[in-house]
Amino acid sequence: MSIKITNGNATDEVAPQFSAERMVEVQRIINQYPEGKHKSALMRILHMAEEDFGGWLSVPTMNYVAGILNIQPIEVYEVATFYTMFNIEKPGKVVLEVCRTGPCMLVGSDNIIDHLKLQLGVEVGGTSADGMFTLKTAECLGACGYGPMLQCGKHYHEHLTTEKVDALLDAFRKEHSTSSNN
Amino acid sequence: MGRKLLLEHVNVPGIETYEVYRKNGGYRSVEKALKTMSPQNVVEEVQASGLRGRGGAGFPTGMKWSFLAKPEGVPRYLLCNADESEPGTFKDRYLMEKIPHLLVEGMITSSYALGCNQAYIYIRGEYMWVLEIVEKAIAEAYANGWLGKNILGSGYDLDLSIAPGGGAYICGEETALIESLEGKRGNPRIKPPFPAVKGLWGCPTVVNNVETIAAVVPIVNDGGAEYAKIGIGKSTGTKLISACGNLVKPGVYELDLGVSVEEFIYSDEWCGGIANGKKLKACVPGGSSVPILPANLVCKTAEGTDRLMTYESLAEGGFASGSMLGSGGFIVFDEDQCIVRNTWNFARFYAHESCGQCSPCREGTGWMEKVLHRLEYGHGNLRDIDLLAEINKKIEGNTICPLGDAAAWPVAAAIRHFREEFEWHVTNPDEAQKRNFGIASAHVPLV
Amino acid sequence: MVKVIVDDIEVEVEPGTTILNAARKIGGDVVPPAMCYYSKLEGSGGKCRTCLVEVAAGSTADPRPMPKLVASCSTPVQDGMVIKNKTSERVHENRGAVTEFLLINHPLDCPICDQAGECHLQDLGFEHGKEGTRYEEERRTYDPIDIGDKIKLHMNRCILCYRCVYVANQLTDQRVHGVMHRGEHAEISTYIEKAIDNDFSGNVIDVCPVGALTDKTFRFKSRVWFLKPMNASCECTKCAGKAVVWMFGNEIMRVTGRKDKYGEIEDIDGKTAWICNDCRFDKKDVSEWNIEGPRVINRHSVISQNHYLKNDPERDAKKLTGTK
Repeated sequence: MSIKITNGNATDEVAPQFSAERMVEVQRIINQYPEGKHKSALMRILHMAEEDFGGWLSVPTMNYVAGILNIQPIEVYEVATFYTMFNIEKPGKVVLEVCRTGPCMLVGSDNIIDHLKLQLGVEVGGTSADGMFTLKTAECLGACGYGPMLQCGKHYHEHLTTEKVDALLDAFRKEHSTSSNN
Repeated sequence: MGRKLLLEHVNVPGIETYEVYRKNGGYRSVEKALKTMSPQNVVEEVQASGLRGRGGAGFPTGMKWSFLAKPEGVPRYLLCNADESEPGTFKDRYLMEKIPHLLVEGMITSSYALGCNQAYIYIRGEYMWVLEIVEKAIAEAYANGWLGKNILGSGYDLDLSIAPGGGAYICGEETALIESLEGKRGNPRIKPPFPAVKGLWGCPTVVNNVETIAAVVPIVNDGGAEYAKIGIGKSTGTKLISACGNLVKPGVYELDLGVSVEEFIYSDEWCGGIANGKKLKACVPGGSSVPILPANLVCKTAEGTDRLMTYESLAEGGFASGSMLGSGGFIVFDEDQCIVRNTWNFARFYAHESCGQCSPCREGTGWMEKVLHRLEYGHGNLRDIDLLAEINKKIEGNTICPLGDAAAWPVAAAIRHFREEFEWHVTNPDEAQKRNFGIASAHVPLV
Repeated sequence: MVKVIVDDIEVEVEPGTTILNAARKIGGDVVPPAMCYYSKLEGSGGKCRTCLVEVAAGSTADPRPMPKLVASCSTPVQDGMVIKNKTSERVHENRGAVTEFLLINHPLDCPICDQAGECHLQDLGFEHGKEGTRYEEERRTYDPIDIGDKIKLHMNRCILCYRCVYVANQLTDQRVHGVMHRGEHAEISTYIEKAIDNDFSGNVIDVCPVGALTDKTFRFKSRVWFLKPMNASCECTKCAGKAVVWMFGNEIMRVTGRKDKYGEIEDIDGKTAWICNDCRFDKKDVSEWNIEGPRVINRHSVISQNHYLKNDPERDAKKLTGTK
C-alpha cells in the first residue's frame, strides 16, 4: 500500500518556479494567517504546486515550497507523505481515483474498479503503458449517495456505469491527444 | 415534506449567489445579533435551543461554547470542521455546495458570539471545487460588508478564510484538524489540554461541524426556544441525514428529529424503500463507525417500540441492540450484501486512516483488517472470530483519539449480530466466494 | 502540594504533576513503564500507551472513577486522586495487550540486536508479554539504512515513540529526519537518504528505547553485558563531557550519556548531560577520559551479570529495612 521512497525520487531537475500570477495567489494564502504562522499555508500551496508542476510533488518541488514558507524540507516531506491526495511518485497524465469504501461498494464500485483494470491493463496503483492513466482507489470521497464514483483532479464523476466509464476514458484520451497536438 | 430550516431555499435558482441569498432572508441573523444582541445573548439562545454537535458526537453546542477560555489579550478562534469523511456522510458537502452563504452567515454569527476576530473553515482536500464555491461566497460577503472591519458599523471585526486538507479522515478529529490547519501531519493531540483552552496556535479554540454552524442561523433568527420545540426530548431541531446504500432515493434529507426510522426508509417522502424491490438486511444509521443493526432492530428496538431518528432512540438498547445517530450517514444494506465483506471494507478504511501515532490503533487496525481479509477470502478459521473480538476490545478506549473506538465498534457489532455469517465464511470457504449468505441471520431474534 | 495515592501509597506532589511522575516520586514497582515518554523532551509521551493506569477516584472534589484507563505520562494529578497501577487487573490486562500490539510487527531479533540487554521493549515483553504470538500475518519489514556514517536505523524494530524526532527538534539546529507516511506504514526516515549531521545528533541513539537507532562505531562489537560501564569525564568544548564509557578490559568499546533508572539522561549541575558526537563517537581512547569509577547497575539487569556489586545504596537500604 505505501510507496517505498528511494533516491529515485530525488532527481537533479531544476527547482520549479510558480508564475508571477500564481505567486500573487500564494501570497494571498499566506496572508490569511497571522505573522509567524505561515506554515499553515503549506497544504494549500502543496495542492497548487501539484497542479502546476506535473501532478506530483518531486523532491525539488517540495524543497521549493519549503523555501517559500521558510521551513525545513523535512516538514514538507512529513506532510506530503501523510496526506493521501499528494502524489509523491510521478503519475500518468490523468489520475483516476475510484472510491472503494462501503457505501460505494454496496452499489457496485468493485465492478467499476475491475472494469478499469481491464480497460487500462493495470492493477490498482499502476499507470497504463502509454503513460496516460494512473488507476488508484480512494477511501470515502463523500459521494456515498451518488456512487459508484471516481475523482479526477477537481472533478467528481458520479453514478458511474461501465458505459459511462468507457465514455469518460474516451473523452480523456481525446482531450489529451488534442492538447499534445497544440 | 417536513419543515426545513437549513434547506428551505435549497432549490431557489441562484441561491449560491449573494444577491439571491440575501433576497431570501440571508444574513438576517448577523443583523439581529450584531445590532440587537450581546455575544452572551447569542450563546444563551444556542444553549436554549438544545442544539447538539452535528458532526457525530452530539455534544451540546451551547455547553461547548461556554467552555471557551477567554484570557485577556489572547485571540480566540472559531474553526469550522468541513472535513466530512465519515463513510456514509455527505450532508456538509451538499449544504456548502448548494447554499454556501448559509455557512458563511453562521460563521459570522457564531464568531460574534464567541468573540473571535478570525475564523477558518477547514475543508477536506477532495472537496476542492466546494472550497472554490465557499471561497467565492466569502469574497461576496467581504464585498458586501459582512466580513472585515467594523461589520454593520457595530465595531466588530471578523476575518474568515478557508483551508483545504489533503486526504485524511483523521483530520475530522478536532485536535488533528487543528494540527493540520497549522500545516502539520494530522496527529491528534493528547488531551488535556482541550482546544477550548489551548487550540489553534496555542489559543482558545472552538471547532464546530458545518451543519452545527448553519443551525445557528435559524436559532438566532427564530430564537432558541422556537428551535427547541422541534424534535423530541434532548434531540431538538432538524437534522440533515445523508441516506445511501441500497435505497430507491438516496440523498440528503432534512428532517425533524423524531421521524420514525421505518417512515424514513420506506416512505416515498424520504428514501422510498429498498432499491430493486429487495429486502432490508441491515442498517448503519450514523456513519460507518457506529454499530450496525440487523433488520429486526432497525425499525424497532429490542423492546418492540418504534425506533425513531433521534440521538436517544437510535442508541436505545446500548451496544447490545442499539446504535447511534452519529453524523447522520444512513447506510442501508439489502439482502444481497455480505456483512463479512463490508466489515472488512470498513476495517480497511480505518487501518488506512489511522494516523499511526499510538500503538493500539496503529497495530490493531491493521491487524483486524488482515484477519477480516482472511475471513472474507475463505482462509480464516473459527478462532479468528474470537481473535477479532479480542483485538477490538483492546483497541477500544486505549487510544489517544476516538478513531480507535470508531474502528472497533463496527467490527464488534458485526460479530455480535452476524456471527453466523462469519462462521459460514469459515465453514464454507468455497461457497462464500461464489454467493452471499443472504438475509438469514438478520431476522434471527436477538439472543 | 496535592496528595495522591498510587497503589495504596500516598505521595505529595506539586499541582500539575503527571501521574507517572507522582509514581516515580514513590519509586519501585508502582512506576508504570514508559516507552515513549521522556521527561527531558518537551511534548513527548502519550503515544505508546504502555503507561496506562486506572484512576479509581478522580479527585477529592469529584471522586468518581474515570471510565477509561488513562496515559499516566500525560494526565495531571488532582488532589485526592486514587490511582491503581500494579494493583489493577485491568491495567495488567491492557498493558499486556499494548505489549502484544508493539510486538506483532517487531522482528524479535534480540539475538542479533545491539540493544539486547538494555532494551525497554525486551523488559516490557518479559514482564507483560505472552509466550507465543497470535499474529499469523507477515511482519512489515524495511531495509536498515545509514543516517550518516555513525548511526544505523533499523526501522523494523522501531515502535514510533517519536523521541528521536523531539531530540532533533530540541537539541539540534536543523531537523532532517522525521515520521513519513501514516498508520501502520508510518516510519522514521530522512525521506531522501541524508546524513543527520549535527554535534548532538548522536543523542537519538541514547533516547531510542529499542534497537532502532544504534551506534555504528559499536555495532556487533560486544554484548552490553560483557562490558563494564564506568562514569568518565573529559574536557569538552561542546558538551559537559560527563559520559559513561563501556569498557572491555582496558578498551573503550562505546560511549553513552549517563542514564538514570528510567533510561533517561541524568541531570548534572541542573542541566541534562546530553553528550556531543565527538565524545560519543570519536573519543575511544582511555587517555582521553578521566575514569571516575563504576556505574551502579540494577542487580536485576543483565548488565550486572558477572560483575561484582559493591556499594549499591539501593540494595543496602533494602537490606537494612528488610524490604525486597
